[in-house]
Amino acid sequence: MNAPIPPGSVIEVADAVAAGRERAAEVCRAALARIAQIDPDVRAFLHVSADHARARATQLDSAIEAGRGGGALAGVPIAIKDNLCTRFAPTTAASRALEGFVPPYDATVVERLESAGALLVGKTNLDEFAMGSSTENSAFFPTHHPLDRGRVPGGSSGGSAAAVAAGMVPAALGSDTGGSVRQPAAFCGCVGLKPTYGRISRYGLIAYGSSLDQVGVLAGNVRDAARVLEVIAGPDARDATCSTHRPEAYSAAMTEELVSRRMAGLRLGVPREYFGEGLSDSVRRAVEAAIDKARRGGARVVDVSLPRARHSVAAYYVIATAEASSNLSRYDGVHYGVRRGAEAGIEALVRESRGAGFGAEVQRRIMLGTFALSAGYYDAYYAKALRVRRLLRDDFSAALREADVLISPTTPTTAFRLGEKLSDPLSMYLADVYTIAVNLAGLPAISIPCGADEAGLPIGLQLIAPALGESLLLQAARAFEQMLASAG
Amino acid sequence: MSLTAEARCEAIIGLEIHVQLATRTKMFCGCALAYGAEPNSHVCPVCLGMPGSLPVINERAVELAIRAGLALNCRIAEETRWDRKSYHYPDLPKSYQISQYDLPIAFDGMVEFEVQEVHRRIRIRRAHLEEDAGKNTHDLPGRTLVDLNRAGAPLLEIVTEPDFRSAAEVREFAVQLQRIVRYLGVSEANMQKGQMRFEPNINLRIADGERVAVTPIVEVKNLNSFRALHDAIEFELADQLRRWREDGRTLRPGNKSNRGWDEERGVTVPQREKEEADDYRYFPDPDLTPLPIARERIERLREETPELPIPRTARFIAEYKLPPRDAPALVDDRASADLLDQAKDHGGEPSILGRHFLSFWLMHANARETTIAGLGVSAERMAGLARLQHEGAVNATAAAQIAEAMLTDDSPPDALAQRMGLMQTRDSGAIEAWVEQAIAANVQAVSDARENPKKLAAARGFLVGQVMKLSGGKADPRIVGELLDSRLRRPQ
Ligand SMILES: [Zn+2]
Repeated sequence: MNAPIPPGSVIEVADAVAAGRERAAEVCRAALARIAQIDPDVRAFLHVSADHARARATQLDSAIEAGRGGGALAGVPIAIKDNLCTRFAPTTAASRALEGFVPPYDATVVERLESAGALLVGKTNLDEFAMGSSTENSAFFPTHHPLDRGRVPGGSSGGSAAAVAAGMVPAALGSDTGGSVRQPAAFCGCVGLKPTYGRISRYGLIAYGSSLDQVGVLAGNVRDAARVLEVIAGPDARDATCSTHRPEAYSAAMTEELVSRRMAGLRLGVPREYFGEGLSDSVRRAVEAAIDKARRGGARVVDVSLPRARHSVAAYYVIATAEASSNLSRYDGVHYGVRRGAEAGIEALVRESRGAGFGAEVQRRIMLGTFALSAGYYDAYYAKALRVRRLLRDDFSAALREADVLISPTTPTTAFRLGEKLSDPLSMYLADVYTIAVNLAGLPAISIPCGADEAGLPIGLQLIAPALGESLLLQAARAFEQMLASAG
Repeated sequence: MSLTAEARCEAIIGLEIHVQLATRTKMFCGCALAYGAEPNSHVCPVCLGMPGSLPVINERAVELAIRAGLALNCRIAEETRWDRKSYHYPDLPKSYQISQYDLPIAFDGMVEFEVQEVHRRIRIRRAHLEEDAGKNTHDLPGRTLVDLNRAGAPLLEIVTEPDFRSAAEVREFAVQLQRIVRYLGVSEANMQKGQMRFEPNINLRIADGERVAVTPIVEVKNLNSFRALHDAIEFELADQLRRWREDGRTLRPGNKSNRGWDEERGVTVPQREKEEADDYRYFPDPDLTPLPIARERIERLREETPELPIPRTARFIAEYKLPPRDAPALVDDRASADLLDQAKDHGGEPSILGRHFLSFWLMHANARETTIAGLGVSAERMAGLARLQHEGAVNATAAAQIAEAMLTDDSPPDALAQRMGLMQTRDSGAIEAWVEQAIAANVQAVSDARENPKKLAAARGFLVGQVMKLSGGKADPRIVGELLDSRLRRPQ
């Protein structure tokens, strides 16, 4: 079989289709062909919406022929994590509890992508309800790392990261509650952007930890991520937690001129807590090399501290699971999804439906969270975790007064083997140690590729910016991307 | 337990009231509130609790809650917050209810009223916003059907301190509360539609000499009428004494229980407790941001608070001389009560206006199945009619006739009186002529009036009647009296 032709970038495809140089129908056909060829091995998709994408492509081509514009994402094939509601395809959050559920509404981000001309080609795999870091917790099947089928792609947005990294689509949406976009991007070798909490509407995103969840973008490069962000960001009357600030023109901030000036004088904060114990040598070397290169490129490297960061995993697992225990209590077998035990009355119906609907990790987190909110334990766990969260925000504010952006590894290691951490949830939780604090603080962050380890597995570096500082973050990330691509 | 003859029982009763707010749409989504509609016809992803849906606060509900809080003399929170209350039930789609736990929108209020001529003051602990659940029905054997039209309806839960000492007090408070929320337009408070529901918590303090016993608290759930509220409390108080005599159980932490009201048998019955009773795992709803309420907004709403039914009733009785029995109904019809005040402001004499309202204006409203305000007669014209009567230009009978004409004719009342020939004659020349005529024609009566003090009153009355008769009823009786008196004092 011939190797599939890799997709063009988001920007190349959109500009070519909008200008009429390329037909959306042809782009769509090629994307579906790539998925058909590659996905049987990778298993990134839970559902491929070929008919829907083809129909949209045909509509788009006629609109463009009729001179009615094309949109910023005209004809760009995009994959959607299956915890984002779509009317055109089932939305399961990779859970038996929602098997066969077709929402009667689209998520705000889905609406915005489609109005910008994107072709939504399918729904990608994830850890059930986005709970996990390997996509092994999917109730249906695990997704494989595109470069090594014996390894995980990371998670929970593992399907979206694998689809982009394997060249099936130029971009995909994920969601990031504790690193679920950045960690799989780092493992798979693509760009993963988690914007500020509230920068993108959560309407239609199936909630895991509502105060932490944020829709994010997986793409082949930083400029593509900026283009997609520009389309989906901004106020939404349907989400009370969505920022009312208008988004900046992220694409316009990505000009060569602005980017090339960005590195000189950039105050690059290095949180010392993120280079300590547990960080693998190969990842440390790669990130430190990138920092050196930045210094040579004119950045001012500043040593900063996040003293409370060491409590962030603990605080996260209290807050996220507490919110999850409440968010997931609606899956009770009464209204949709799995129903068991209805004959024996309401208590049995709820108990047995939930027992059958949820996998082990989800049940574990629901129980953790239920405990944390229980009478008599609330203050010791939930209230204390909220205090840690506030202190952590203070740490980030202090660090971001000394630096423009912070730099760290995205993950302590490269992609691990399938099954390697399944029996040890705690070590799996620690895979998110560098990403979690960012969600607790609500800040924007991005993971970009930064070389590979001895086995050729990708390494990611993370940049963190102040709240609503996406333009700065993307410029800095683009500057790093260019710098790392150049020799020397 | 036995009691001596000196034993005294005191009832300790608090009340929780759920009031459905009179908004157009639900608390957190755009669905219309539609009582009695086809089941599940007024629902959307948000009130169905579908995955990925998010609540958005109905600002109107917040405003109505503030209005109610102000009317109950509450303090209004500068920042109020939303919490999730978790429990599983088929009519609760998200398996949690969005409510307010530790930062209610209103708190520390009180209501003053009179019951059986005793002044009472009941403290309001708090009033908070929450969403209603749907309704389970068990119409089909072996199946439960769920209607979610009501799910997400905005509720205000008002909680009093346990300040009531009798069922009658609770009932009167409930009646007054219904008047207040209706007055403010906060709620229709229609109990048949479940827009106002009561849950009293009841126990007894039994003092027998040195010995004091307090019985366990019982909460009676979901009472839907004033009568059920009253009767359930009466029953429960008597029954708690009986139960205490039997088992001697007193109030302890954790022995509070819920009972239901069996209307047919007139008894309270134990309710099966929910499995996860009492641990609702409240925590702040991360989907909603805390809501700051600006002081200026509160002050603006405070200024807009109308005079409330209880003080207004007292004022109407004093000012318009309304019979106490009739005053509340007129006050509760706020538009008509406002019309009465406006008519007074236009110069209508208050006691005459009061009589007009309760006699012919009310009669015409009833006949037309509307309210007095619904008659469409302006305050200015009502005042004009009252003024005519007060000045003696028309008498009460004529006023009633003019009023009837005013319903179909927009002419000013005095013009109508003229046209209908109902104006009393105040032309003293004409009246003097009638007086002379009457004196000439009734010699006997004149001499009785002049010479026999015992017959003066009767003779004078007769003569006034004769003058009125000669005038065709149009002479102003006051002027007739004055002229007649001076004529009788004059020698022949
Ligand atoms: Zn609704």
